[in-house]
Amino acid sequence: MVQLAINGRRVSAGKGEMLLKVAQREGFVIPTLCYHELLGSAGRCRLCVVEVHDAGKKRVVASCLYPVKEGLEVFTDSDEVKLVRRTVLELLLARNPSAELIQHLARQHGINEARYVPDQDKGKCILCNLCVRCCKEIVGVSALGLSGKGPVKKVGPPFDEPSETCIGCGACVVICPTGHIVMEESKGVRTIWKKKFALAMCPTCKRYHLPIFQLEWISKTRNIPMEELMVCEDCR
Amino acid sequence: MPLSLEQLDAVGLKFKEKERAFEKIIRVCCGTGCITSGANRLLESLRSAVEREGLSSRILVKKTGCHGLCERGPIVTLGKDEILYQTVGKRDLDRDVELLLKTATEGKIADLLLLKAPGKKEKFVSPLEIPFYKGQKRVVLEMNGVINPEEIDDYIAHGGYRAPFKAFQMTQEKIIDCISASGLRGRGGGGFPTGRKWHSAYEADGQMKYLLANGDEGDPGAFMDRSLMEGNPHAIIEGMIIGGYAIGSNKGYIYVRDEYPLAVSRLSRAIEQAQNYGILGRNVFGSDFEFDVEIFRGGGAFVCGESTALMSSVEGRAGEPRDKYVHTVEQGLWAKPTNLNNVETWANVPSIINEGLEWYTSIGTKQSKGTKIFSLVGKVNNTGLIEVPMGITLRQIIFDLGGGIRGRRRFKAVQTGGPSGGCIPEQYLDMPVDFDSLASIGSMMGSGGMIVMDERDCMVDVARYFLQFLMEESCGKCTPCREGTRRMYEILDRICKGEGKIEDLMHLEELGRGLQWGAICGLGQTAPNPVLSTIRYFSDEYKAHIIEGRCPAGVCKDITTFTIMEDKCTGCMRCAAECPVGAVVGERKAPQTINDMLCITCGICYDVCPFDAVKIS
Repeated sequence: MVQLAINGRRVSAGKGEMLLKVAQREGFVIPTLCYHELLGSAGRCRLCVVEVHDAGKKRVVASCLYPVKEGLEVFTDSDEVKLVRRTVLELLLARNPSAELIQHLARQHGINEARYVPDQDKGKCILCNLCVRCCKEIVGVSALGLSGKGPVKKVGPPFDEPSETCIGCGACVVICPTGHIVMEESKGVRTIWKKKFALAMCPTCKRYHLPIFQLEWISKTRNIPMEELMVCEDCR
Repeated sequence: MPLSLEQLDAVGLKFKEKERAFEKIIRVCCGTGCITSGANRLLESLRSAVEREGLSSRILVKKTGCHGLCERGPIVTLGKDEILYQTVGKRDLDRDVELLLKTATEGKIADLLLLKAPGKKEKFVSPLEIPFYKGQKRVVLEMNGVINPEEIDDYIAHGGYRAPFKAFQMTQEKIIDCISASGLRGRGGGGFPTGRKWHSAYEADGQMKYLLANGDEGDPGAFMDRSLMEGNPHAIIEGMIIGGYAIGSNKGYIYVRDEYPLAVSRLSRAIEQAQNYGILGRNVFGSDFEFDVEIFRGGGAFVCGESTALMSSVEGRAGEPRDKYVHTVEQGLWAKPTNLNNVETWANVPSIINEGLEWYTSIGTKQSKGTKIFSLVGKVNNTGLIEVPMGITLRQIIFDLGGGIRGRRRFKAVQTGGPSGGCIPEQYLDMPVDFDSLASIGSMMGSGGMIVMDERDCMVDVARYFLQFLMEESCGKCTPCREGTRRMYEILDRICKGEGKIEDLMHLEELGRGLQWGAICGLGQTAPNPVLSTIRYFSDEYKAHIIEGRCPAGVCKDITTFTIMEDKCTGCMRCAAECPVGAVVGERKAPQTINDMLCITCGICYDVCPFDAVKIS
């Protein structure tokens, strides 16, 4: 166990624990965007920053990645922390003017409008990379990736073409914090990332449920007969 | 079989004797700069001329690495610091080859090829007389321009590869202590104490440890690392052997950007030669220490010069940095303890071991020891590569070595530290150049880029230029850097177009601080430097753009017009002759006028007018 202080309050934490987890457990409010319970974080959004004083040195760090240390002093609401959070939120509000979550967080931090010309072409994507990691690390198909660098960096399947490996599971839609990824279903066809998937019809209730492609993939990787999978979850 | 110290000495001696058999050695600089000016062609012609004249046994034509005075290339030297010829073969190859042979055989100095002092009649014969070289202290670059970088024997003949023998007599801790006591700090820009880094890497747990040499030089206009890798590749390898032994690593990578094909080829050759001599491999110099070096060619992203992005790139992933809350000396390449130093840092190591602490610590200032290589570019008379002792003043560099500002203009600012360095105004010219002084005035040492600017450089435009570079080179991982550099660029672009608002200045400063505190890596954290330092020292220029809608330097096209003052114009027609679009009209010996409809505001008329009759408004 290590002892540290958050906003002046003494707190103990397990060795190797990340500051964000410890602070949240102790009831301190730290906003996050790119952090996810299942995937941890890569410190992309920089919203969860806190100020730490470690051996006399003041730093602003991403709390999701900063391991606790004995004697650390943490401030979750200092001027520098507020500056970085407001900077990040104003920049994101300009990038993703239609993203409700960003609007909400920005308002919470006193930003009603960004001082920049809003982008029209970025949708709601904040480049948190969660969809990419979810597709790779949880689903296991790696259909998505980041491409380009700097202002033109974007997320999607390779070359923006319908991906050969995508199974249409929609996990990326679920994990996306801002609702950028669009998945549509109509007349037994699911469309996601420009790729169309025929949906399986449950032989019992005659309703469409999951993409046949996804069921085949599950059947192959988990060794479950297709006939079993064709029955929807409600009817199984 | 690995070489013993005696065998090494014998190799060196044999090489020296071979060279001593010649009456004269003509050294042709074959660095990238001189090659683009025709050095390869010159080398070939010279060699065949020597053969044709039957002088092969008397004259040795040798290729060397960069001499630094790239602007005057191809550079040729004769003897040891006897004669330096410049722009050889550039205008008349056959004539110059003949002149060279005459010098070599008859000792007749070719006046035509000597370097002239700017604006003076005086000509220099020996490189030691040339102010550009006089103020330098060459430690790392000492062998550049002397040895043939493609011949390991030449390096050995000049004392190369002796340091590992000395190091192997010492304990690992002793070597690290020695590097710590030398005060050597990271030459890649950070200035982190090298000894302390080595110590952490040495202490780190793990069987497998890696060494990295960072040669991913990406600053626009900088070529320090390139010239070192091309001109003296063995010094880097020798430094790495000592580092590997001290830290306990058996594997090193040299990360070279692929845009440096000559550096890649010379380093590859050097590694191969070292392997053949048993200097690299299973038993380095017959000891039980195993060490090998491999080259990794970088794909060209600027951010890959950042240590964690570089490691990511070596691992085969996209060059994105990560937070270094767990240091790379503990978890670096493939999550193993990794010690990364810049190639220039590595090349400092052999001389520290060879020459000793007393000698090394006598060079430089209290906090910054040794020398630093800079690439001096911009509006100075002598542009090129210089190695100077730490603590030299900016004024000495710019006005003594650099020969002052070109033409009749005045110095305005010097930008140090690469694209994310700061612009330093005239009032700080007498400041010593070292890590801490530069940081204290909002700039940095960086890897050693130094761009000199004069009155015709607009500081807002300069900030915009660097922000555009940084915006494009941002990896895009973290929000502050990806979005912040882009928005800073947008604001600066607006100011340059005369559409700025006074509150933009506060906004830029606020956004800049947001990046400094919030970005993941050095690129984003230092990206605001060019903006913040120009606002700090040149706020008048910003205000002129925003409030008065004019660019005092006459650079920002949208808010600049050039007019000719009737009372000053003599009608010499110089501007009319130079104007690329024929916008200057008028009779000879009568005042000229500029046709605004045609004018593209390039400012050539302003620059060439001998009577200062062109006005910026």
